[in-house]
Amino acid sequence: MNLEAISPAAPPLGHKIASSRLWRDRIFRSILLLSIAVALLTLFTLLIDTFLEGRPRLNGALLENMPSGRPARAGLQSAIFGSLWLVGITSLVSLPLGVGTAIFLEEYAPKNSRYIRLIELNIQNMAGVPSVVFGILGLAFIARGPLSWGFTVRTGAMVLTILVLPLVIIASREAIRAVPPSIRDGSLALGATQWQTIWRQVLPAAVPGIATGSILSASRALGESAPLLLLGALSFVTFNPTSLDSGYTVLPLLIFKYASDAKAEFHVVAAAAIIVLLVVLLAMNATAILVRNRFQKRL
Amino acid sequence: MASESLAPSGQLLRQRRIELIVRSSLSVVGLVSVVVTIAIVASLLLPTLEFFSEISIAEFFTSKVWAPLFNPPRFGVLPLVTGTFLVMSVAVILAVPCGLGAAFYLSEYASPRLRKVVKPVLEVLAGIPTVVLGFFALNFVNPQVVQKFWPIGDVGTFSALSAGLVVGVAILPLMASLAEDAMSAVPNSLRDGALALGATRREVCTGVIFPAALSGIVAAVVLAFSRAIGETTIALMAAGSNPRFTLNPGNGVQTMASFIGFAGIGDQPTGSTGYKTIFAVGSLLFIITFLLNILSIRVVRRFREAYE
Amino acid sequence: MMAAALVAAGCGGDSDGGSASELSGQIKIDGSSTVTPLISLAAEDFQAEHSRVQVTVGTSGTGGGFEKFCNGETDFSMASRKIQDSEIEACQANNIEPFELVVANDGLSVVVHPDNDWADCLTVAQLKTIWAPDSKVNNWNQVDRSFPNQKLTLFGAGSDSGTFDYFTLAVNGEEGSTRTDYNPSEDDNVTITGVSGDKGAMGYFGLSYLLENEGKIKGVEIDGGDGCVEANSETVQSGEYKPLGRELFIYTQADAAQRPEVKAFSDFYLQNQATLTEEALFVPLTDAQVEKAKEELAKIDAA
Repeated sequence: MNLEAISPAAPPLGHKIASSRLWRDRIFRSILLLSIAVALLTLFTLLIDTFLEGRPRLNGALLENMPSGRPARAGLQSAIFGSLWLVGITSLVSLPLGVGTAIFLEEYAPKNSRYIRLIELNIQNMAGVPSVVFGILGLAFIARGPLSWGFTVRTGAMVLTILVLPLVIIASREAIRAVPPSIRDGSLALGATQWQTIWRQVLPAAVPGIATGSILSASRALGESAPLLLLGALSFVTFNPTSLDSGYTVLPLLIFKYASDAKAEFHVVAAAAIIVLLVVLLAMNATAILVRNRFQKRL
Repeated sequence: MASESLAPSGQLLRQRRIELIVRSSLSVVGLVSVVVTIAIVASLLLPTLEFFSEISIAEFFTSKVWAPLFNPPRFGVLPLVTGTFLVMSVAVILAVPCGLGAAFYLSEYASPRLRKVVKPVLEVLAGIPTVVLGFFALNFVNPQVVQKFWPIGDVGTFSALSAGLVVGVAILPLMASLAEDAMSAVPNSLRDGALALGATRREVCTGVIFPAALSGIVAAVVLAFSRAIGETTIALMAAGSNPRFTLNPGNGVQTMASFIGFAGIGDQPTGSTGYKTIFAVGSLLFIITFLLNILSIRVVRRFREAYE
Repeated sequence: MMAAALVAAGCGGDSDGGSASELSGQIKIDGSSTVTPLISLAAEDFQAEHSRVQVTVGTSGTGGGFEKFCNGETDFSMASRKIQDSEIEACQANNIEPFELVVANDGLSVVVHPDNDWADCLTVAQLKTIWAPDSKVNNWNQVDRSFPNQKLTLFGAGSDSGTFDYFTLAVNGEEGSTRTDYNPSEDDNVTITGVSGDKGAMGYFGLSYLLENEGKIKGVEIDGGDGCVEANSETVQSGEYKPLGRELFIYTQADAAQRPEVKAFSDFYLQNQATLTEEALFVPLTDAQVEKAKEELAKIDAA
């Protein structure tokens, strides 16, 4: 039997594939590798370039000193504390709100209601809104307008909460959805109420996913710059926040300030500050990945 | 059988009450997202309407000069639109092919070991704050890449190209991860069938996986567009502040988003026309990204091929 | 009698340098980016002595700063030009009476890229050709035929900036009158970055930024009618550098100034202005200007 007669396009058994096909395959594969190389190369260039530039200023003084007009003395302390305050409050507020919404949508809400679908669409859209629009919202309604909280920690935290809320909701929903129905059914069969089931069975099982989501949204809040630009966080601030009504600055905006300064010495400080920020973010992301990997096997 | 009362026990009543409280408070919580969306629309809508009561829509959409903060002010939004278009185009031209390529490789070719290395790298790239990328664009990409290699015209300190390239790098991980999700959803039976028929891996990619995952891929592309359009900080740091009506990416430009950031730093007096331009441009930006987001959701729903 | 003594003690102001760390509170300052480096230095040093006072310095531009000041949102407003009548009216409408303090002298310097070897000296007329509202000049050889064929890129102050107001007034004859197709920024640092990266670029900002970034940019001598004059301390103080020499101000108001921490800040600045202006690379106040400032402070005390 001659295979060639049956399907001329297919390579006959034992013969090599036509070399032009093979070449196209190789070229394709190289293009794919090139794509990955672009990403890897850019990341490494960025990290190395930043590290080389910022290294001279990486010392304890950087973390202890306050920002200064004198580059030799310029430090990051007020921005570090400002970021801690902001990210801390944002997480504290967004977590219950986000998880609560997720529980509502997954466990309580009727699945086919148009109203619920609207909420879901809404959340997905909010996740895609450019972050600077949240800054506009904050400027119009929160810093000025009806609430008039001014350019304070309270305002910044509220805007960041609104920004990360969709992310927390989406991540929590996925985590809750991943809990097998058998666990719910078993609990209900044993006579538990719906809330008892959620509180004692579903949520604990979903904690790793929720934790991952909240760590990732916290790191998103930490790195945000655009909305806070409109909320006065770009000021020269040399004190740590002492209350919700304090002025503040955050690490990304201090980087922006130092990077925009014409003096080259400030660029070095900016690069060093970037290293600090990246180290923290990397640690947060690594923790999130670890949590996800460690607990994924259980279910 | 003991004759127990059929009335609900005290504990059961308490549980039911808790249930009711929880249910109502959670539904209130669920409304928060709706309230926020309404607030966004309201905060944008009122000043925008006021703006258009003072400035003609025709001028806004057709004039080629954007100088709202000068005297006499000019309100033609076209330069911002072309600026946004330039940065977005460069970004998308970089991110879509590379993102797709990375997705194909991770999904179809990569060994588990390579995946373990590349996926975290992409996640790290996705997590880099935009201010860091902006710094990189201004201090490295523009002088070392754009100024040296861009052939058309002189390239100054700021360029749409440097901003666009770095925005592309910023959205590449998103593109790759969404495309890869779409590809993983394609059942193995399709792959195996194609391979059994003698297709090479490339042919499986282009002939089988790509069409099957098309809806997810298109959704990913649309989202990439949306993110590139909305990116503020990178454009603010690297594209400049000159709202120039130009199609040469070697020139400095101002995008819609970077204008908002720029005007926000300058802090326009509340109620002035300059203040209202922030909202008018913000509305335009919001509408464009909103439409793109809806489009991507629709595409997924409409073209999703069920694999049950 | 007792009441009068208390009032005198309250209005007279006491300067007990030793126990100064008892001061606490917030001082909000905003305004010109030209003056910001100077006041930031002052704020830093002041907080070193009075660690419980929280001083914030924003950079919204001279115009933006006045808006906040007249709204009662700030205690000091930094300005690189005098306050305008319309702004005074806006303040008075909110029961705020601005008091003016001169903090330094400054020259508006015009700068170009260091490799620009043809524009060593420019006349005001030439500046006007470049910056006039209807100017279409986009090449150096259109400014003067002896200049080479080099594309001209412009950087400068944004419209909220006092530097902008001052420059447009001095060069184009009317405040706010300028061409609009350039790279504006409230942040003079951005102008430096822009000019230093582009061979055919030109920009303008305060003298201190020129002095702090020598090598990255080059200052142009200005011919204000009596020959080419370089911008530096002497020519600015003597008035020889014209028409681009100017004063820099901060404005405050009586209610704010009566808070002990705010008053302490003004006193601190005046006491240390010589070293602060020098460190910030500005031109220090003349003795006459210092006297006038002290008089203004006394007026505020009495208000």
